[in-house]
Parts: sequence; structure tokens; C-alpha cells
Amino acid sequence: MSAPDLLYTELEEDLRATVRRLLRERCDWTAVLARCESEEPYDLDLWRTLAGELGLAALLVPEDLGGAGASARELAVVAEEVGRAVAPVPFLGNVLVTAALVACAEREVLPQLADGSRIGTLAVGLTTAPHAAFPRSVKADGTSLTGTVSAVVDLEVADHVVVPAVDGDGAALYLVDTAASGVTRTPTTPLDLTRRFGTLELAGAVGKRLASGADAERALRRALLTAAGLLASEQVGLAQHCLDSTVDYAKTRYQFGRQIGSFQAVKHRLADLWVEVSTGRAVARNAADALAQDTEVDLAVALAQAHCSDLVVLAAEEHLQLHGGIGMTWEHPAHLYLGRAKSSQLTFGIAETHRQRIGELADLPTP
Amino acid sequence: MTVDAAELRGRVEEFLAAHDPQRTDRLEFLRARFDAGLAWVHFPVGLGGLGAARELQPVVDEAFAEAGAPDNQPQLNVIGLGMAAPTILRFGTDEQRQRYLRPLWTGEETWCQLFSEPGAGSDLAALSTRAVRDGSDWVVDGQKVWTSLAHRARWAILVARSDPDLPKHKGLTYFICDMTDPGVEVRPLRQITGEAEFNEVFLTGVRIPDSQRIGEVGQGWQVAMGTLMNERVAIGGRTPPREGGMIGEAAEAWRAHPEKRTPALHDRLLTLWVAAEATRLTSIRLRQQLAIGEPGPEGSAVKVAFAEQNQAITGFELEFLGEDGLTYDDWTFRQPDYASLTKRGAGFRYLRAKGNSIEGGTTEILRNVIAERVLGLPPEIRTDKDRPWKELPR
Repeated sequence: MSAPDLLYTELEEDLRATVRRLLRERCDWTAVLARCESEEPYDLDLWRTLAGELGLAALLVPEDLGGAGASARELAVVAEEVGRAVAPVPFLGNVLVTAALVACAEREVLPQLADGSRIGTLAVGLTTAPHAAFPRSVKADGTSLTGTVSAVVDLEVADHVVVPAVDGDGAALYLVDTAASGVTRTPTTPLDLTRRFGTLELAGAVGKRLASGADAERALRRALLTAAGLLASEQVGLAQHCLDSTVDYAKTRYQFGRQIGSFQAVKHRLADLWVEVSTGRAVARNAADALAQDTEVDLAVALAQAHCSDLVVLAAEEHLQLHGGIGMTWEHPAHLYLGRAKSSQLTFGIAETHRQRIGELADLPTP
Repeated sequence: MTVDAAELRGRVEEFLAAHDPQRTDRLEFLRARFDAGLAWVHFPVGLGGLGAARELQPVVDEAFAEAGAPDNQPQLNVIGLGMAAPTILRFGTDEQRQRYLRPLWTGEETWCQLFSEPGAGSDLAALSTRAVRDGSDWVVDGQKVWTSLAHRARWAILVARSDPDLPKHKGLTYFICDMTDPGVEVRPLRQITGEAEFNEVFLTGVRIPDSQRIGEVGQGWQVAMGTLMNERVAIGGRTPPREGGMIGEAAEAWRAHPEKRTPALHDRLLTLWVAAEATRLTSIRLRQQLAIGEPGPEGSAVKVAFAEQNQAITGFELEFLGEDGLTYDDWTFRQPDYASLTKRGAGFRYLRAKGNSIEGGTTEILRNVIAERVLGLPPEIRTDKDRPWKELPR
């Protein structure tokens, strides 16, 4: 097995520069904060620019299904920038639904999701780990779906939902239009103001079957692995922002007649955080490369989540602590980053869940 | 002219045709390999190299290994190969390069370094070993410590204070010291592991000809920094396979002893496994950056993380082993040529790993380096920088 490519290509760096520039213009933290308390917590204009004009929603979609035929490597760079800006866009739901539809070779809705004209998500609880058992809370009878799924990410802005359900043949995936009758969406008040979720209730809603049996299970797992792997890059981007912003602050904030960054207690905490971010970047790149090459995906994703989901919280907590009193206030974005960080730690399973998975994959059996 | 991989393979093939590794005397073979420029390919022609790209070295090493050729046992001369050679190449005179590099590479002459002292570890520039000019010689007196391989070495790289009236960084000079000089006394220094991996070295009236000075008088600090830079690259650049190193030992113990497993220990082991794998990937990333000519600062991250993990893993291993963790494999006082961590018992690993956060730059110093050089935070306040060395409190 050849070594993974853990660097960024020139193309990927160009993509990063474009996305970062756009987010800097359209998505500074005061705008994000103002939006959090408004009737429109998502910036769908921004999403249409990212997804449609820049073509980011098409990256994961193969060319023969109307996409750009890129890979998780490129999308991971976008994820880093989304994390860095805590951008209020339905990025994660898009990754989940796109990966599921690609795995099912779906041809009708996928092009609309890829060009940004429609929005979609996948009806799984946001804390579901990629290796979890196939969910059984929705039953299908013919094309009629009944059941409830909570903590569905980006649900309130989704036009389409891919729903895992159990029917006469066992596991299956259905495509549901959220405007259909029998579909109820209830938003939940989130800890992370920048990423929303809600409860999906289906009462005899019409769905179109996309896959069944082992194919459905494989597609769902692929979607969760892809999203969890890319989440690691989002976490690295967020952690890098927290580090950068804290380093800047430590150079400008004076106490006891000195920059606080000249105190060894502060320097060493930041150096340790830099070490963690550096290793986090390596494991996140490894997961993105594994998804792109389709080699050792399960292990690479579990490793990235086991490492990065704790890293992101450490970074957000250090960010807050080292900013002192201002970090505790609404006037500084530390709380936005902390909310996203802590929530994303729980997303797709906490680190312990992924370590247990590694125990299975690396032959380190449970007691 | 640049030499590429294909040409290097051709040259090795040609060399092997002329020097059958099975029938040629080992030293004769190594000397010929040096003379053919196939020793360290990035060195200049005439000094064991071909002026090729540094990354091409594995091409040559692998081709020789495949042919069953003898190697120069690099593990027995790590200081020579990793620190002395690049320093002599960069700062030495033509005569010095001609004299020292060939027997260094073949392993005929091994090297050690006389830098650290009991009163100057992390604060290396505070060292007090004196070098006093006497005609065409220097006379050196002092004590060095933590000197690996001093008991085997033919030569040493040495930093000594040539002018105590100057500030500490400015009064140092760099020499090549003859370890067979009667004024050099090497005493093994027993460590917490029971063995003596390194020594203390007493220098009493050691006469060093001025022709064995490296760099200018007073330029010792700059030369030493060049040397230590090579050491840091050497530590950061090693890339073990998955479960290479300490974590592999802990994982094997876990697999071998199902009766000792508990859920809490399981999660601890997996936490350590994840950390070790993350560090391994970080060092792969560092190598990839070096390969495209963009050396990243990740070397410091790898060093800090590696030290912390080794200590946590070896501590875990003893706890997991329970009663067996109370035992020690062998307290015999001996002087190994190099530290082998994987061939000894878990207790040895636990004790030896304590050195990982001290040797090659303490974790605390590395954190300062990262904070100041990578993150650009303000430097530590220094009260000793511009004062004459002899006035500093000691």
C-alpha cells in the first residue's frame, strides 16, 4: 500500500483562496451573529454562490451524473474554510445527501443539488456514527413512509430528504420531497447557532425507493463516512482559526506591562495547541485522501474523528480562555466557535465511539 | 549536470559489476563506494557524492541493500553521519573535508559530540569548557556530559569558550577533538535504566592544533546551531510504520494477554494508539513537505508529541501488565552502542522514555521555539544576552 498524499495540491490551494476570499467578504462573524438571531439563520444567497457559482456542491458528483468529478480531497479544503468562518450554510446536509445519492447513482435530483438550485439532506440523527446499525425508526409500506427521525441536520432549508427506512425487503433508502403531504419538520433550538437541525415526522408521506438491502446499507454508510471524514477537515479549519485568532490577540493584548503572548504560561499553551492542530491536519488530510482513493476508509475516518473531534473543542476552549473576559461575551465570536466545536464533537459520534471502532479495525479487541 | 534516479541506478549496477559484494573485503567495498560518489549522493563529487538531490539517497541505499552489499552500519555512527559530516562539509576547510569525511562514512572512524556540560544543557551557550590559544595549538580544559558513543569514538566535535570577556554566544569556538589524546578521559555514566548509554568526558590540558578548528574563532555558536539543525531533522524525519515503536509493544501486550484487559484500559490503549498514529501521519506529512523542498515546522510538533506519547504508552504498558509490570528485565551495568527500546522489557522502556522529552531539546525549550519561531510570539526576556560571560551568575 502506497503512502497517502497528505499535502495540498496547487489546485486545492487555489480553491481555498477563492472560498476564503468569498467568505471573508460575505460572512464575517458579525454577519454570522446577526443572522443567528434572525428569521433566516442560514445565508442561502451565500450558499447559492458557493454551491452554484463556484460549483462546490458538484465536487463529489461524478461527471456522468452531472457533477465535477472531483473528490473528497478538494471538498475537504472547502470544509476547512467553512469551519474557519463558521459559515451558516447547509454544507453538511449537502455532503450527506450528495454522497448517498451518488452511491445510489440517482439522476433526477442530484443535478439540482449539484448546481445549488435545490437543497437536500439525509434523515439520520446527527450523532449517528458511520458504523452504527441501520436505523429502524421509519417504516415503509409500498411508497408510503411513516416514522420520526430527530436531529436531522439542515432540515428546515431542505427541499429533498433521503430517508433510511425499513420495508418488506429490509433496509432501504427513499427520496422524499419535503413539500409533500405527510411531512412535518420541527426545528430544534441548537447549541450551535450556526448549524441547525430538527425533527422529521413522516405520516404516510410518499417516497421514491432509491436502493434496498445491502445496497442501501452500503450507500448510507458511505454517506456517513464521507461526511464524518470531511467533518474532520472542517474541525481542523475551525481549530486553525481559533489558534490564529488567539495568537493575534496574545500579541496585542497588554497586561502587567507586557504582551500576554510573552508569558511562558500562554506561549506553551499556544505551542501545544499548534502541535495538536498540526497532527490534526495530517489525520484529516489522511481521511480525505482515503475517501478519494477508496483505501482503508473506515480506519482513516475513525482515526480522523477520534483525533479531530476532541482537537476542535480544545481549540475553541483555549480560544475562549486566552481571550479572557471578552471571550465570555456576546461581543466576541468565541461563543459561535465554541458552539460549533462542541456540537461537531458530538456529530457522527464522540471520540470514544471512534476509538472503539478502531479497536475492531486494528485488532485491539474489547475485554 | 543533475543526476536522476535512473542514472543513479545505472551507476550502482556498474559499481556492483566491478565490485562483487560477496567477494570484496567489506572496508575495501565501502571505500570504493565512497570514491564512486555513491556514499551520500547529495555531497559534492570527490567527497563521497555526486551533487544529486538529497531525496535520491534511498534509491542508492535500496539498490545496494537488494544486492546484499555491506552497509556502513549507520546506527553505530549517528553523530558522525548526522552532525559531524554536514558540519565539516559546510564549515570545514578543504583539508578537513579530505581528511575526515571518507573514514567517517565508511565507519572506520566514529564520532561523538562534546557540547553539553553539567552547567549547560538547554542553555548550551553558557558552557564553560575553556580553550586557550598557545602558539599553533589550543589548550582545552573542562567537563562534558551526556556524551553518547564517547567510549567508542575516534573523534569528537567540540564547542569551547575561547573568550570569556565576550557575551556568551560570541566567545565560543568549534573544534575537532582527538579522543585518543591523553588529556581526554571518558567515564561511563550509569543511567536510571541501569546501563550507560552515554558518558561524562573530562578534558585536561587537551592540545588541539589550530588546523582542527572549524569555522572562525568566536563563530562556534553559529557552527553549533548548524550542527543541531541537522540533529533535529534527523529526529523528526524518521517515519516508523504503523504500530512501529512503543505503541506496537503495548498493542502486542494487549493481544497477548486477554485476561488482563479491562474496559478502562481498552479506551486508554486506543487513545494512545490514535495519538501514535496521528503523530506517524504528521511525520509522513513532514517528509512529503521536505521532498518538495518546503520544509515544514512539523518536525518540532513530531518531537514534542513523540516524547509525550512514548512516556504515556510505556507507563500504560506497565499498568496493563500488572504484577509483571513490577519486574525488570536486567540491571546489568553495560554500555550499549545505541539505545534499542524495542528489544528490552517494558520496565526499561518506561525508564528510557523519560529521556525523550529531555534529549535533543527539552519539550519546554521546543515549546518556546514553536511559540517564537512558528507563531511569532514575543521572545523570552533575556538578561544574559549582552553581558560578558564571566559576569553571569552560575
